Amino acid sequence: MRCTLSLLASVMILAAPATGLAQSPRYNVGTPLSQEEIKSFDFMIGPDGQELPGGSGSAKQGAVVYAERCEVCHGKNGESGVLRRLVLGKPGAPFRGPFKPEHRDSVAYYPYATIAWDYINRAMPVPKPGSLTHDEVYAVTAFLLYRNGIIKEDEVMDAKTLPKVEMPNRNGFVPAVPVYPPEKKPSWW
Amino acid sequence: MDSNESSRRRFLKHAGGTLAGVAVGAGAGTEWARGQTAKPEVHAKDAHAAHASGEHLRRGIPPRRGVRMSVDHITFYTPFQDYGGIITPAQLHFVQQHSSHFPEIDAQTHRLTIHGLVDRPLSFSMDDLKRLPSVSRVHFLECHANSSPLIHHQGNQNMGPPVQYIHGMSSCSEWTGVPLSVLLNECGLKKEASWLVSEGADPGKFTHTLPLAKALDDCFVAYGQNGEPLRVEQGYPIRLFVPGWEAPFNVKYLKHIKLTDQPYHAWNEAMNHSIPRGDLDGKSRWYHFEMGPKSVITRPSAGLGIPRKGYVQITGLAWSGGGVISKVDVSTDGGKSWKEAKLQTPVHSKAHTRFTFDWAWDGEEATLMSRCTDEKGEVQPTRAELYKNWGISEADMQKPARAIHTNMIQPWKVASDGSVHNAMYS
Repeated sequence: MRCTLSLLASVMILAAPATGLAQSPRYNVGTPLSQEEIKSFDFMIGPDGQELPGGSGSAKQGAVVYAERCEVCHGKNGESGVLRRLVLGKPGAPFRGPFKPEHRDSVAYYPYATIAWDYINRAMPVPKPGSLTHDEVYAVTAFLLYRNGIIKEDEVMDAKTLPKVEMPNRNGFVPAVPVYPPEKKPSWW
Repeated sequence: MDSNESSRRRFLKHAGGTLAGVAVGAGAGTEWARGQTAKPEVHAKDAHAAHASGEHLRRGIPPRRGVRMSVDHITFYTPFQDYGGIITPAQLHFVQQHSSHFPEIDAQTHRLTIHGLVDRPLSFSMDDLKRLPSVSRVHFLECHANSSPLIHHQGNQNMGPPVQYIHGMSSCSEWTGVPLSVLLNECGLKKEASWLVSEGADPGKFTHTLPLAKALDDCFVAYGQNGEPLRVEQGYPIRLFVPGWEAPFNVKYLKHIKLTDQPYHAWNEAMNHSIPRGDLDGKSRWYHFEMGPKSVITRPSAGLGIPRKGYVQITGLAWSGGGVISKVDVSTDGGKSWKEAKLQTPVHSKAHTRFTFDWAWDGEEATLMSRCTDEKGEVQPTRAELYKNWGISEADMQKPARAIHTNMIQPWKVASDGSVHNAMYS
């Protein structure tokens, strides 16, 4: 069923672009980018984690980084603090819903574990975004997944293990595969 | 009154500290000195004082935006009540900045890169972008949290009158830039490409996904706003512009675009901008695309009284992500009867549309409402219709969770003394 939906979505999306660009002239403006240049900024991480770099970390290592760099805003263990409650549930007992609007700040709400790594890596911590090493980002991500009860304390997160983490709210979004044009009209409902 | 006053003082204390921080940051940026400064905000405290004392009326001080600051957000509200026509002056454009300060970007060294599923990954300088064919289009831009039920209870003196802080996260400009289709054609699309992911150069690296079909339809990379370079708060030197769709798609300080074969669900979209919904069994939609039809009467509106009986022009703005506004109806009796308003021409697609309605106030209580219809026949819903569509109870809508895409009809109540009040929840 999912395959069928996915295929249908691709067909719908591809129909427009193929015809849209066929007749347009080229102006030969812009400078070619080398693979090395692309590698230096290609850090938006998709659900498959293709762009994840090397490095690794565990919840135990992450607890130290969290206390130093994150706790000031997000509180002890991500359960309180001035900004965003990052943790619902507890080790061994993940929060499985029903999710309410006020639960959106927690890592438990994310459909993919890669989202946590991506956002921490590029946007956190607020005074100095991008200042954590890749190992530290893996470690803090592992710590938050552990505190949310999603992984075990000794599980090591890296480019291979992180995209495979099963998130409790993975099926909490509709439609199963996002499509455009939207399946429901008008799209603002 | 007492509790309002003390919360106002608390806010001013907090806002004062944050504003001072903004002023320091602003002084250091070269782009702030190029005739595009956000001076009304840098000197917001002076402007607040002038407006509070009525001095602005004597000295012709321009309208100001409403202000709200927190650790991770800077919000400015457009003063709908203070300007005419359809174009929002650039210094009055709303801002919803997802960071504690605005980035300083040198346009001479800034580059836009396009890579991923393309034949020729390319980097574009500002000179490159300005060499290419350009378009200028009049479009609204609206925060998808504009007009949320919660904001009705959160106003304070810094945020202006209700029409400003409830509905003022929508603005309309003439935007100039290069169509995305031109840029993507330079790079050549691979067959598998079906989505774009865009990243900004702001501190939080604001990131959003966009379907390729929309990108090729009418989206552009904007470098101009109302004939000037983009304002710093609007993404100087460039931003993505996605006509008619909720504002988070319109990535500011645009730096990287990656062509992909799937949406990326970055934190700014799937997490921060989705909402579990009652009508979807508690599930969230991945994406809400276009903004629904909305209109609001800007004058008279709450806090702006009618001095005496007789002629009053009712005026306001209407817009829809679905296209051209085809009709606006006005009611002066709380929705019992409706009459068609006049639309000021030209009417642009996916743009603020000015409507006017001649009215003679008889000195009795009245409730003013406007309701718009767009070219697709979509009609602005009442509060009850909207809540039913969303599967949300009135009680749930009042909880401390943000409601998005709130385009319900706004009632303003005129009392017999000529004072005007927000009648959405009373």
